Amino acid sequence: MWPIFDYGRFVSIISSSDVYGVVWMRSLAQLHKMANLRVLVGVKRVIDYAVKIRVKPDNSGVVTDGVKHSMNPFCEIAMEEAVRLKEKKLAKEIIAVSCGPAQAQETIRTALAMGADRGIHVEVTGKEYENMTPLHVSKIMAKLAQDQEANLVILGKQSIDGDNNQTGQMTAALLDWPQATFASEVTKENDHLKVVREIDGGLETVKVTLPAVITADLRLNEPRYATLPNIMKAKKKKIAKHKAADFGVDLTPTLEVVGVEDPPVRQAGQKVESTEELVAKLKDSGVV
Amino acid sequence: MLSTGKLRPTLGLVRRPWCASAAGIHSSGRRLHNPDEVDLFDFRYTTPFVKNLFVGKFIREQVFPFPRLNQQDYDQLQQMVDPVERFFKDDVDSAQIDTDAKIPAETLQGLKDLGLFGMQVPLEYGGLGLSNTEYARLGEITAIDGAIAVTLAAHQAIGLKGIMIAGNAEQKAKYLPKLATGEHVAAFALTEPSSGSDAASIQTRATLSDSGKHFLLNGGKIWISNGGIADVFTVFAKTEVVDSKSGEVKDKVTAFIVERSFGGITSGKPEDKLGIRGSNTCTVHFEDTPVPIENVLGEVGGGFKVAMNILNGGRFSMGSSGAGIVKKLIEQTAEHATTRTQFDRKLMEFPIIQEKFAEMALRAYAMESMAYLTAGIMDRWPGGSPDCSVEAAMVKVYSSESVWSSVSEALQVLGGLGYMKEYPYERYLRDARILMIFEGTNEILRMYIALVGMKFAGDILKEKLKELKRGNIGVILQTVRQRWGSGFGMGPSHGFVSEDRFIGDGFKAHPSLTAGAKLLEENVNNLGTMTETLLARHDKGIVEEQLVLKRVADITINMYAMTAVVSRASKAVVMGLPNYDHEVLMANTFCQKTYNENMQMFHDLGGENTDAAVQKIGKDILKTGNYIAAHPLDRTHDFDNIDVVPPQR
Repeated sequence: MWPIFDYGRFVSIISSSDVYGVVWMRSLAQLHKMANLRVLVGVKRVIDYAVKIRVKPDNSGVVTDGVKHSMNPFCEIAMEEAVRLKEKKLAKEIIAVSCGPAQAQETIRTALAMGADRGIHVEVTGKEYENMTPLHVSKIMAKLAQDQEANLVILGKQSIDGDNNQTGQMTAALLDWPQATFASEVTKENDHLKVVREIDGGLETVKVTLPAVITADLRLNEPRYATLPNIMKAKKKKIAKHKAADFGVDLTPTLEVVGVEDPPVRQAGQKVESTEELVAKLKDSGVV
Repeated sequence: MLSTGKLRPTLGLVRRPWCASAAGIHSSGRRLHNPDEVDLFDFRYTTPFVKNLFVGKFIREQVFPFPRLNQQDYDQLQQMVDPVERFFKDDVDSAQIDTDAKIPAETLQGLKDLGLFGMQVPLEYGGLGLSNTEYARLGEITAIDGAIAVTLAAHQAIGLKGIMIAGNAEQKAKYLPKLATGEHVAAFALTEPSSGSDAASIQTRATLSDSGKHFLLNGGKIWISNGGIADVFTVFAKTEVVDSKSGEVKDKVTAFIVERSFGGITSGKPEDKLGIRGSNTCTVHFEDTPVPIENVLGEVGGGFKVAMNILNGGRFSMGSSGAGIVKKLIEQTAEHATTRTQFDRKLMEFPIIQEKFAEMALRAYAMESMAYLTAGIMDRWPGGSPDCSVEAAMVKVYSSESVWSSVSEALQVLGGLGYMKEYPYERYLRDARILMIFEGTNEILRMYIALVGMKFAGDILKEKLKELKRGNIGVILQTVRQRWGSGFGMGPSHGFVSEDRFIGDGFKAHPSLTAGAKLLEENVNNLGTMTETLLARHDKGIVEEQLVLKRVADITINMYAMTAVVSRASKAVVMGLPNYDHEVLMANTFCQKTYNENMQMFHDLGGENTDAAVQKIGKDILKTGNYIAAHPLDRTHDFDNIDVVPPQR
């Protein structure tokens, strides 16, 4: 058997025509260049979507102790997209990142079980974590993207606890990279990405050059289950631990949460017999 | 290891390690857990727990503290629970499976992809290498769909278990990898038309061919789960065995690994069942199926033991599966009870309804405590292979009957709605009925529990009798004290009831459970004396006294349940788990209720009972073949024309 360490040369030896050889070599070279994406995926540990949220009695936040947590659904979609890129041989490495307390490692483990190659845990605990905002996270992500030499950052469009929808955009701005947010379809074309975005008016298709930041929307894909054999295999994958200071990021709060309240209890409606009665009732309640 | 019958355990001044570490990997590839590093002297570990109850011995080190996983294993287990729960919530349509009597191919493939077909297969063969505890935990989730649970159990708990425990290295390497991924499905073929509970009477034959290179298998099996979809069968057949000592030729059961590709195997059409309709159950016929001699599992003639070992090993998980079902039903039914209003009050305010929920919760609590206690004993046993068949049988009997009654009560809470097919209760009820029948009918298992326990007690008591005859003062005093004490309901203390606020050496119940633990202690002493009394009364004839044995089995099952519940509640308090006060209340209440039942049965065993009369009624009816009593309206012919008429006014 011919050794296949240099596929291009192997082909050029057996091809009869020189031109053929050159065409083969060029497309093979492109194939080689295509599997060159190093993808950074951000995954956040949030309260599970199915849990009924309760506000703390002192209105300072929501109850998180003893409550079931899991990976943010949009982060799952982001992770799934990265794994699909790897399966299509467009990505060569996937790094899963999470900023949070020790339990965030569980979320990274789930990402590893879905197909990430390694994980990075930026440990942020206690009050610092409660006051962390997308600005802090995006500074960390930007620094990481540069340190890890990533050329694609995929994030969920927003987290279901913060609902900020800012991290992706801020990260792109800090890196001075193009961004394609609310992605519902991502295709790689040569050296750029064609992304279909879901916007209020419908669908918008954009082309972004690499490196770039993408944020995933709901219809981008259907995330796979982390199978049990993969969960066991993920134990061997490495998670590197860091602190925010390692990236030169200052976690001093820029926002202060003044209060958290339940939405007002929906009041019963009232039936009226005529327009006059309606106007009278509206006048009484001070609306008109 | 069976008890050597020694009364005075040799005080082991040297702690002989049974194996390098009490935790780690067992030789079968199964993981062991022992984060507490329970390091004990030999004599404590001669026999697993329950058999010792029959001689009034409560080996507290085996059941306190309640088994637990270390943090790493626990985290990994929680990680595994999530995707399985989501799969069952989103991708399994139990109602459709029940109507179609078939599990869709995508669902089956999804289960295989998740890795659920090789949960206990060792890692080196491509499985997950889960311990008994972890397997029981995942069983809680798969039980949500009865058909899927049975398909998985038939494949791995019995179908391929034989290869795992009795197979040689070549057989394991050849078959386990494909079975672990689900590429091949396994089935367990033992039952025949004339051999259900009486497994030793099977008639399928395997005759050695002239070349001596393979056996020819002929016969038919019925009610084989996965029979129609399996590629690999564990088949039990009678072979001629020459007794090496006497030269006699006998028929003995041998276990074989049979591939469908060997040829000559036909599966009948799937049976139309009351419940677990999605599980494939059919007859399997073998006609001159050639089985290479390399495929004999274990030894030729050793098949019966292989069958019993396979079946004994998997039973305990019914406790956790059952608890999984009942807990889910409690949640669904509670929603109804808290919203439905009748007589201007919510259903939940009526004591009768409250009692139903309490009953369901207590049974679920006991079931899962017993299951995880048994799994824990097996997983932390130094050396790794204790004979917990009696414990497993107890878990199975208790759980199957508890699930049946709990599902029935849940349906009752919903009343007419529960009876409708729109709601899942009728399906759960139908699926639950099989639990009391398969994997060893509850009647057989009760006899097994009682007889194994009695035999164990009998062996020890024979020794004791010898010592008494020899005039051994120590034994005499001990016996007198036991008898005298138990007469007053006091009896010897077994050291697991905590007298003070501190748990001390950890092998005790927490003080808040003293109420329940004391009742359990009393029952242990009662059982010890009762066993002696029964053996003295019946001696070997006890084998025929099934009604007596049934009570003994029920008492010991209850006692094992009480032990598990007290141990688990202790752990909850000591660890400070959420809602531990509720657990303490449940544990003490459960002990009180079960104690009352036990005392009634002790009373029946000790003195007058209706057994003889009941047996006579049963025999008479069976002799005639139908109901004997005359019809309520029947009368004799009236010769004197005197009708019974009220006096004219």
